Parts: sequence; structure tokens; C-alpha cells
Amino acid sequence: MAEVLVYVDHVDGAVRKPTLELLTLARRIGEPVAVALGAGAADTAAVLAEHGAARVLTHDAAEYADYLVVPKVDALQAAVAAVSPAAVLVPSSAEGKEIAARLALRTGSGIITDAVDLEASDEGPVATQSVFAASFTTRSRVSKGTPVITVKPNSAAVEAAPAAGSVEALEVTFSAQATGTKVTGRTPRESTGRPELTEAAIVVSGGRGVNGAENFALIEALADSLGAAVGASRAAVDAGWYPHTNQVGQTGKSVSPQLYIASGISGAIQHRAGMQTSKTIVAVNKDAEAPIFDLVDYGVVGDLLDVVPQLTDEITTRKG
Amino acid sequence: MKIVVCVKYVPDATGDRHFADDLTVDRDDVDGLLSELDEYAVEQALQIADEADDAEITVVTVGPEDAKDALRKALSMGADKAVHVEDDDLHGTDAIGTSLVLAKAIEKAGYDLVISGMASTDGTMGVVPALVAERLGVPQVTLLSEVSVEDGVVTGRRDGDAASEQLQASLPAVVSVTDQSGEARYPSFKGIMAAKKKPVESWDLSDLGIEAEDVGLEGAWTAVDSAAARPARTAGTIVKDEGEGGKQLAEFLAGQKFI
Ligand SMILES: Cc1cc2nc3c(=O)[nH]c(=O)nc-3n(C[C@H](O)[C@H](O)[C@H](O)COP(=O)(O)OP(=O)(O)OC[C@H]3O[C@@H](n4cnc5c(N)ncnc54)[C@H](O)[C@@H]3O)c2cc1C
Ligand SMILES: Nc1ncnc2c1ncn2[C@@H]1O[C@H](COP(=O)(O)O)[C@@H](O)[C@H]1O
Repeated sequence: MAEVLVYVDHVDGAVRKPTLELLTLARRIGEPVAVALGAGAADTAAVLAEHGAARVLTHDAAEYADYLVVPKVDALQAAVAAVSPAAVLVPSSAEGKEIAARLALRTGSGIITDAVDLEASDEGPVATQSVFAASFTTRSRVSKGTPVITVKPNSAAVEAAPAAGSVEALEVTFSAQATGTKVTGRTPRESTGRPELTEAAIVVSGGRGVNGAENFALIEALADSLGAAVGASRAAVDAGWYPHTNQVGQTGKSVSPQLYIASGISGAIQHRAGMQTSKTIVAVNKDAEAPIFDLVDYGVVGDLLDVVPQLTDEITTRKG
Repeated sequence: MKIVVCVKYVPDATGDRHFADDLTVDRDDVDGLLSELDEYAVEQALQIADEADDAEITVVTVGPEDAKDALRKALSMGADKAVHVEDDDLHGTDAIGTSLVLAKAIEKAGYDLVISGMASTDGTMGVVPALVAERLGVPQVTLLSEVSVEDGVVTGRRDGDAASEQLQASLPAVVSVTDQSGEARYPSFKGIMAAKKKPVESWDLSDLGIEAEDVGLEGAWTAVDSAAARPARTAGTIVKDEGEGGKQLAEFLAGQKFI
């Protein structure tokens, strides 16, 4: 059977959920072969095997942490040469897209970014994408070379599919470009204990209507009552009320949770771009004319300072 | 220091964006503008040029006739000159092809520093700067929310998912900046008047030594098979808060098994 390369996004060996989703999609096209790089690479094998990786190619070198993007491209290129895969799947993070693009160019292959679904066809994998702020759905293929496709989080279910997951060392020779951009410092993002925004099943977001950093405590309390991640509109981020890492939208994170709750957010096109594909959408806004209400399954026209705390209390009571 | 800024002319996101019959982005029927995210690139170029003794900013766009509007806007913000790469054979070019054209144009213009936006607001791929760096064989220092250039070295901060990274590379290099890098200035009246006299060169594929078959719809390494408008969401229930809005919402969420 044809093999499909899956680039593993991991932090010191802890595999992030979107990679496991990629294994689900990869199995529709062929047999998944994972590529894990950097510190802790070999530690990823057990969980990858549980989810369908037949082989796990690993390589560790200081270059992966010390230089931007290119060392990883060199390694994936070596993996493509060694495996001759039917496709290469990469998680659609900012870095993932850059790695994928350079790999595609080097291997003379087309690239598709931000796929939300993938299926096999006689002409190779067909990717579904959501474009123009999720107002159109397209289906595309790569017509030259080995398809390189980046896939958004929450595009497939994580499925158990035990496979061998045999760890093999990948031979990598770094290119002259590998050491071009030095990482001179790194400040890890502090964990909030809440789910990852792009991976969460529920996202609770606040916008300009939250009216102050201190009021974001209400949004956080609602999020915690549901075990949700916290998001923010750009207006709230620009005002300094919430960190940019939590911004939802075109220039922030794109989320596609089971439930999205928007409070004090008008629903500008750039915000919709990042949340329109959520399964169920709920909004609280005091303006009945706010465009966000065009998207909702359920909306409350009212002051969020009243509605949100009442909702949180009710959820806490019901959960007992 | 020669700075080249890559700017894209895009359909207005607040307009009715759609596809043409050949499944390329319709650029005729929809109002276009300089991609807002590329204004940040022009702004950072202007600031870097201010700090340098002797800097010249060239803005480059690859796009149809109307794309000149994007160049004019960048010139009125303060860029020195512009290059418009225009050729009928470019219609339908994908990101890989665009990076080829940009790389050739940047080389022809001459450069020490290339600055791009984080992503185009129509394609939103965010890959062209990395591809241009790969083609030029120079460091990519991308997705910066802070950037500066001193003594031939570019440094910047890249806020990633897992960490915020401090980056450093020697010129020549390709940089891209995010919308966190600092508000872009509005063109002044004086700037708008001055822009009218600034040089705009037009180059076609033969000027760049590119074969038509390597770009355009035919030369694309990807193919779009279909594009469909997303079905409108079915109208939801909207209630006015009369004191019980939070409880009603909880009832809805419970009914959907979220509680
Ligand atoms: C290139 C570009 C990229 C962008 N990227 C993004 C992005 O990634 N994400 C993003 O979000 N935006 C983005 N924007 C900005 C976007 O256009 C909007 O400006 C922004 O989304 C508005 O945020 P908001 O809805 O919080 O604020 P507003 O539009 O000001 O809306 C606030 C809402 O709160 C309501 N409200 C006020 N008080 C209360 C109250 N007490 N109770 C209930 N409701 C209340 C108001 O009725 C209003 O509807 C981008 C813009 C550009 C040009
Ligand atoms: N046709 C184009 N002309 C000039 N610059 C472009 C073009 N397409 C993309 N770019 C540059 O590359 C960046 C990223 O674009 P993209 O990869 O298409 O999202 C943009 O912000 C621009 O700076």
C-alpha cells in the first residue's frame, strides 16, 4: 500500500492533537508514516502507533530548536526521498504552512493549505477548503508532484487504530540555508490550564462589549463552567484586555469547535473568518441588529454583564 | 539599503467576493484594494528606512491592471518607487508561481531586504514570503510582530503557538510582518500628491525571463475542481433578555447536550 507522510507537531515528545487527526485522514489515502523531529522525537512513537502510524521516522539535532523552519524542511525532504510517499500531510499552523510550502517547492510539488477535509480519489487526494471567510467551500487537488497538504485542527476525529509504529532513524543532511535564521531567545507561552484554543470542543469569546480587562473574568468563568477555551475579538485584543494568542479571526486563530459562544462581538467579516465553521453558534449582544445574529443557532439580545453571569450560575447549578 | 516591499491587490473582504467561471478569484467584478495586511509591511519598511542612512523603498505587485491602485497607495504612504508585474499569461497563477515571479522581480529590482505582509486577505495562505526566501536562497525571518535592522542584521520577535521567539539573520533576507507590528500610517495629502510623480515601472514575463507555461492557470501545480457557496445557516432562535436570558440560554445548551 502507498505510504503517506505525516509531520508530527509535538512539544518535547508530547504529540499535539491535530497530528492525531492527520493520522485519521492519512489512513484514507494510504499507510501513515510519521516524521518526528527534535528533542523528544522518539517519545512520540507510542501514541502515534496507537493512532495508525506504521513507522515513525525520527531525527534529533540542535538545529531544529536553534534555527527557524529550514532544518525541518531539510528533514522532511529527506523523508520524502526515503519513502516516496503518495502525499505529505502537515498540521496547518503558521510554521507548518511555511515548512510545507518550502518542501513543496523543493520537491516540485503543488501545495494546498488549510484543508478541512481530505478524501482519496483516482487523481490523488481531494482537499476541501473553506475560503473567503468561510463563505465558499472548494475542492482542490495537487496536479504536480507529491501532494503536500496542510490540514486545519478539528478537521477529523481522533481514532484509535493500533499499528506497528516502529521507530527508525531518519538520515538528515542540513542544507546551507538551514542555519540562516537563528533563534536567539525563546519564551514559552504560559499555560492557563484551559484547553488549547484551536483544539477545544467549546470556545467562549469576548469582544469590545466586554468593556474592560477586569470584565474578562466573567468570560473566563463561563468558559471554566463549560471546560472551554477563551477567545477574544481583535477589538478586545487591541484594547489590551486579552492576549493576542487568544484572538479569533483572520489574523488570529481559526477555530471550528462544537460550540462557539460570542459575547459583545459584532461579527465583522474578519472575525467570522475564524469561527464561521463552528457547529453550533451562540451570541449575546445588546444590539439586535449586530451581524453576529445572522450566524447564530441561539441568540440573546441583552447586556452581557447580566446574561453571562446568570448563564454561568445556571450551568454550575445544573452540573451540581 | 535597498528595500523591496511585496504588496498584493485583493478583492475587498467586506464586498461580495466570489469565483469566476474558471474557478479563479473574480478580480473584475469586485472592488479591489491594497491588502490591509500589506500596509503593515509598507509601514515597517518606512520605519526601517527612517533609521537607515540611505535607504530606498521599491514596492512590487504581481497582478492585473487595477493592481496599480495598490502601488499608488503604497507610494502615497511614502515608498519611493514601484514595479508592476503584469502579463495576461499570469491569470490564475498559484502561490508557487507567484513566488517565482516575485523572486525574479525582486532580483531585477535589486534588494538587501524584502518585506511582505503575513498573508494575503484573499488567498490567506501565508506561504509566499517563505517561498520567496527559498527561491532567493536567503534567510526567512517571518511573521514578526517586532522588527529592526542594524548593521546589516535583521532582528525580530515571532509570536508562535508554543513560544515567543527572538530571531536574527544577516541581510539579504526576506521578512514578513504581522498586524501586531504597529498601526500603518494614513497617506497624507502631501503624500498623495507626491505619489503621482513617483516612477511606476511595468514589467512582463519576458522582462523577467519567465516562460508562460511556468505560471498562470495552466502552469499551476494545483487545480480547483469546484467552488460552492456555503449554505446559509438556518435562522436561529433569538430572544430578548427580560431578566431570564442567561437561564434561557442555559436551557438551549442543555437541550443540545452541552451541559
Ligand atoms: C486585515 C484585518 C484583519 C482583522 N482580523 C481580525 C481578527 O482576526 N479577529 C477579529 O475579531 N477582528 C479582526 N479584524 C477587525 C474586525 O474588522 C472588527 O473590527 C473586530 O472584529 C470588532 O471586534 P468586536 O466585535 O469586539 O467590536 P465591535 O465591532 O465594536 O462590536 C462590539 C459589540 O459589542 C456589543 N456590546 C457592547 N456592549 C455590550 C454589552 N454590555 N452587552 C452585550 N453586547 C454589548 C455591541 O452591540 C457590538 O455589537 C480585522 C480587521 C482587518 C482590517
Ligand atoms: N501577487 C502578489 N504580488 C505581490 N505580493 C504578493 C502577491 N501575493 C502575495 N504577496 C505577498 O506575500 C504575502 C503572503 O501572501 P500569501 O502567501 O498569498 O498569503 C502577502 O502579504 C504579500 O506581501
